[in-house]
Amino acid sequence: MDDVRHLENDVTTQTPKITATGVQIYYADNHAIKDVNVEILDKTVTAFIGPSGCGKSTFLRAINRMNDTIDICRMEGTITLDGQDIYAPGVDPVQLRAKVGMVFQKPNPFPKSIYDNIAYGPRIHGLAASKAELDEIVEKSLRRGAIWDEVKDRLDQPGTGLSGGQQQRLCIARAVATAPEVLLMDEPCSALDPIATEQVEELITELRQNFAVIIVTHSMQQAARVSQKTAYFHLGNLVEYGETGKIFTNPEDPRTENYITGRIG
Amino acid sequence: MIAAMFLVVALIALAAWVWARAKAVSLAAGDPSSLHSRPAYHGLYAALWVMLIGWGVLIVLSVASASYTQNTLMNEIGQAAPETLRIERQLILSDARAIAAGTVASKSGPLREDIALRYGTLSQLSFWLVLIGTGAAALAAAAVTLRQITPEWRARNRTERILRYVLMAMAAIAVLTTLGIVLSLIFETLTFFSNIGWRVDKFLFGTTWSPLSGVHSGQMDPNKVGAVPLFAGTFLITLIAMIVAVPVGLFAAIYLSDFASARVRAIVKPMLELLAGIPTVVYGFFAAITVAPFIRNTGESFGLSIASESALAAGVVMGIMIIPFISSLSDDVINSVPQSLRDGSYGLGATKAETMRQVVLPAALPGIVSAILLGISRAVGETMIVVMAAGQGANLTANPLEAVTTVTVQIVALITGDTEASTAAGPAFTLGFTLFCVTLAMNVVALRIVRRYRELYD
Repeated sequence: MDDVRHLENDVTTQTPKITATGVQIYYADNHAIKDVNVEILDKTVTAFIGPSGCGKSTFLRAINRMNDTIDICRMEGTITLDGQDIYAPGVDPVQLRAKVGMVFQKPNPFPKSIYDNIAYGPRIHGLAASKAELDEIVEKSLRRGAIWDEVKDRLDQPGTGLSGGQQQRLCIARAVATAPEVLLMDEPCSALDPIATEQVEELITELRQNFAVIIVTHSMQQAARVSQKTAYFHLGNLVEYGETGKIFTNPEDPRTENYITGRIG
Repeated sequence: MIAAMFLVVALIALAAWVWARAKAVSLAAGDPSSLHSRPAYHGLYAALWVMLIGWGVLIVLSVASASYTQNTLMNEIGQAAPETLRIERQLILSDARAIAAGTVASKSGPLREDIALRYGTLSQLSFWLVLIGTGAAALAAAAVTLRQITPEWRARNRTERILRYVLMAMAAIAVLTTLGIVLSLIFETLTFFSNIGWRVDKFLFGTTWSPLSGVHSGQMDPNKVGAVPLFAGTFLITLIAMIVAVPVGLFAAIYLSDFASARVRAIVKPMLELLAGIPTVVYGFFAAITVAPFIRNTGESFGLSIASESALAAGVVMGIMIIPFISSLSDDVINSVPQSLRDGSYGLGATKAETMRQVVLPAALPGIVSAILLGISRAVGETMIVVMAAGQGANLTANPLEAVTTVTVQIVALITGDTEASTAAGPAFTLGFTLFCVTLAMNVVALRIVRRYRELYD
């Protein structure tokens, strides 16, 4: 299966990975996302920007069905991953989330050792046949999370004892360890200092080689630095979606221009 | 009289509050910001001083005058009737009081009439002393604090300081009371041990419990104060109770916190907590009248002979009683595990049960352990259920189908029994002290665990 995917990727890296059609999301009576249509490309970093409360996080959480855990949340429309409707009755959201990983705003390492934090996903999904294989996954994930050198001597220490930046990279490594196809990041740098932010951004650029990455951010500079595509959300609408360079230099919609130039938001 | 004076002081305080506040307002002359403290603080400051001084003087004067009256009259009785014993003099005094109050005395006589007269005079005197002393003190406090009010007067800070001392005093009362109880427990325990010739080992390791059997010959028999059967019975019943309460309580908490819908939770949680509101006496007769016969009949149908008072019946019912403690505390702890941890786990494709078992429960473990330890100390100290359902005989057995007795049951039996309380108190206090030590140790361990894991996990 892995091989097949590689072949496809070689043919074109610009295939749509995720397609959202007519997505409406409601929190009880609150219409949070209004008729969003978007195609997210594979092997691409897509940034969701927009003022607070515009629905970008809500939409992000719809892509791995995290909104299912909120009782009052209701969705209409379709979202497909590789052409398959992820909200179809036969789809198991738990399986889906293994394929669509997520990194949260606040670093949330589990109260376990660093090793067990990374091994959590692979163990649940049975990705490793032996202890040696699991060790290998853990090391590889920590390397990809650019944190291996800092923690390799203390894998048995609690993950909660790391600094904020290290914790966030641990969480990214943890998400990478389940071998997802898409990585969703909800303001992953908002709790980090500039140095840790830079490390995480470098990491995102690197992750792009294997995944489609979607990042919600409040920092326009960050969106410009890391993403190839940018989507601007405003009051639940997807106002504009296109090449990052174009959005930031020559936006079509006046609302986007106002936001980017700092007149609103 | 004291209650009336108490109210009078409160009224003076109220008046001082109104007056001080009014004075502060008038000093402000329409510009509230010219005052250092808001008028309400000036009022509160005056009222606090009036109450502190007034009630303080009231208590001191009442106690002092009562004990002066008592001592003087006892002396006078002693002079008038030197041959009487102290206990007789006390009787005479209480008769005299009854005569003075116009109620029925046990005896009457010239001495009692005289003392009654003296008592009337003295209590009249002390009435006026308390009335005038307290009133004067309260008014003086009001006057002084009222004079102090100026725009610069820092009533706000001073009120704060007074309140701090009041709070400190309240905390001290709680702590000192505990200390007093513990000290009296220790003292009585030591007396008991000296009565059995310091054979502490006989108490802790002896297996025969019949502490009052030698009392009539004036000597406690160290060979009959072995508390091991009681410890064993307590342990057995607690164990049975925890076997019932921990799984049920914990799983109920897990269901309620993460699996139940909001509607189910809103109904079930209060109902579970209702279980904690049932008096233990009700659980007790439920155990004795419903559960114990049921267990015995069930056992008989299998050909087992089961005592009508069994450790099993008492333990099971006690377990039911403890379920709400465990579930309610665990539910709080599980709910306090941050949602972000759950989200992180769901985001990796874990199911609810996996998330609960591998992320939420480990994070909540210290709280759950302390909930269980609190449940155990409830079980160890529980009295009513075991008194009714566990039995009185000090059997040393590990068979839950037989009657056993517990530490608490024996304390009840000793104190409510026919033997004079002062004699029976020795073993009872000693058992109580042992119980206290066990509970204390458990609480300390619970705190330790919580602290150690908190360092690791937060």
